[in-house]
Amino acid sequence: MATNTYVPHAAGYVDNEGVKIVSSRFQYEDSYTLERSLSTGGYEGMKKTLRMQPAEVAAVVKDAVLLGRGGAGFPAGVKWGFMPPVWPRYLVVNGDESEPGTYKDRLLMERDPHQLIEGCIIACFALGLNTCFLYVRGEMPVAQERIAEALNDAYAAGLVGKNIDGTDVSIDIVLHWGAGAYIVGEETALIESLEGNRGMPRLKPPFFPAAKGLYMKPTIVNNVETLANLPWIITNGAANFKEYGSEKSPGTRLLAISGHVKRPGVYEVEQGRVSFRELFYGHNFCGGIKDDNDLKMFIPGGGSAPWFFEEQLDLLLEAGDVGPAGSMLGSGAIVVMDHTTDAVKACLRVVRFFARESCGKCTPCREGTSWEEKILQRILDGHGRPEDIDLLLEVGANISPSPYPVAAAPESGLEAVPFPPKQTTICPLGPSSVAPITSAIRRFRPEFEAKIAAVSPVGAGA
Amino acid sequence: MSRLNEANVELAQEIIARYPRRKSALIPLLHVAQEQNGYVTTAAMEHLAELVGITPAEVLGTASFYEMFKFEPQGKYMVNICTNISCQLLGGEELLHHAEKTLGIRPGGTTDDGLFTLEDVECMAACTEAPCLQVNYRHEYRLDHDDFDTLISELRSGSRPDIPDHGTLGLVRQHIPDGRMAGIDSPEKTGSPEWFTARSSN
Repeated sequence: MATNTYVPHAAGYVDNEGVKIVSSRFQYEDSYTLERSLSTGGYEGMKKTLRMQPAEVAAVVKDAVLLGRGGAGFPAGVKWGFMPPVWPRYLVVNGDESEPGTYKDRLLMERDPHQLIEGCIIACFALGLNTCFLYVRGEMPVAQERIAEALNDAYAAGLVGKNIDGTDVSIDIVLHWGAGAYIVGEETALIESLEGNRGMPRLKPPFFPAAKGLYMKPTIVNNVETLANLPWIITNGAANFKEYGSEKSPGTRLLAISGHVKRPGVYEVEQGRVSFRELFYGHNFCGGIKDDNDLKMFIPGGGSAPWFFEEQLDLLLEAGDVGPAGSMLGSGAIVVMDHTTDAVKACLRVVRFFARESCGKCTPCREGTSWEEKILQRILDGHGRPEDIDLLLEVGANISPSPYPVAAAPESGLEAVPFPPKQTTICPLGPSSVAPITSAIRRFRPEFEAKIAAVSPVGAGA
Repeated sequence: MSRLNEANVELAQEIIARYPRRKSALIPLLHVAQEQNGYVTTAAMEHLAELVGITPAEVLGTASFYEMFKFEPQGKYMVNICTNISCQLLGGEELLHHAEKTLGIRPGGTTDDGLFTLEDVECMAACTEAPCLQVNYRHEYRLDHDDFDTLISELRSGSRPDIPDHGTLGLVRQHIPDGRMAGIDSPEKTGSPEWFTARSSN
């Protein structure tokens, strides 16, 4: 078996040891073609589904405890159960991957679009609906081309559309193009965008998509990776799925590990069985910190996640453990930073992302994120004021009332504040901007103070 | 002059037919307009308003929210350099500064010859391949400054036919053959699909 082979045609993907549930075809250069899909078990899950009752299929997915892979980690089977018995209803696929550090849905769309299409049909069948919109991020033209080609081939082969595989079941999948807006990854904003509007989130309640979604009709929004798991689950059954991963989080996740590691890459990893330490240092994964430097901090679940440090290295990749420890696994994006990293600079860069991507609907986020960016920028530029550190925390608390989730700090005797944060806004974007600030200030306050003191010695004190 | 041409009107009608409400087609149609002219013209937005049945102001309202839509001419190649955290850690900002010096423009600017527009952008889902950039949204991975210079000279000399001009999105489009469509559900429709009703009743 291949050990840690970097797969050039699937840039970033590392073929390591272990079960492959969603990335089994990535090793093939032609993994995105219908021929390769069909010759490697593609559409078998869908064909099996069509011989079942919709409720049976939904029950298998619920039994498999397939946790949503988009960030929130909510069980897909339970989410499906929230739909009231109202028609028409819609399935919307969230392929707007843009959380900083996240790189997995693009691979799934570019490298195995048929697996995704098969997953969509299985979900549509279980939900009893016949219209699915596949929303793909605009800045991913290759993913769009691959999906378009796959859909065209699948329609022609009778695997999508009218009378699928010769049965009475008819389901359409429409490929939709995004146009560049991080916030559209939030499900209600995605629905607004799909209706042709500015992608601004809706207030929940009352606009829970399962009840009032696309065109105010019941709508399920599922992440690409979540749906990509369905063919395997239906083909092999829930019991086999639960053989992998942990009891609370069965199956695998595609994790993108980037930053200061020797072998950055996208790895398919069993949930709940591997620790961050093993991921960063293990031979089967990243093989150590770049240049054998010391670890300074890491982001365990995308730009929105509070930072972790050396003390959290032995935590397992288990949502139920990471949440109480003060952060989240989010969208499978792990960013590793070594001791050469400037904490203020890293903090500013993540905050700047949220400031740029704020949709402007809620005042605390629209105003607060750009305040945070300006204050951090002036500290970095050497114009910081002594009161700036507390000001940053105060601005953050106006977006997300404190205490904000943070990791424990054993040295100073401070305990972890569990995830998720509170919010004064409609969606979590604004509160996410507070994560790097509270994480960095709590751990590296002297770095902030040193930058301020360096140019304003009068105010900074001794 | 910059309304959608005849072929694109036909394409627009095909796209609109895949949505239960015409306005849902607006963002894909804005891409069609941008592909035709390299940017979204005022006349095109007026035309799209007619096609989807809304006002030109509403079209602009939607279009102006999205990063990819440009309202003035752009370079033939849009060079988007990622400086978000994963790329920053491995030299994304230095790559951007190198690009500024090499091309003689700041982010948002276009070279005098109209070939390059430079942008400083957010995460483009290639974090393990940092530092990375996109040319007209096609990825280039793990670039050092020499790689960047090579890329620019290849683009100048026209030896990158794999990268289409700015505005071109996917080179392959979805096309549902006649008679293969199941029928998109309109929100006004009531009742579950027949196949679902039949299977759920026994």
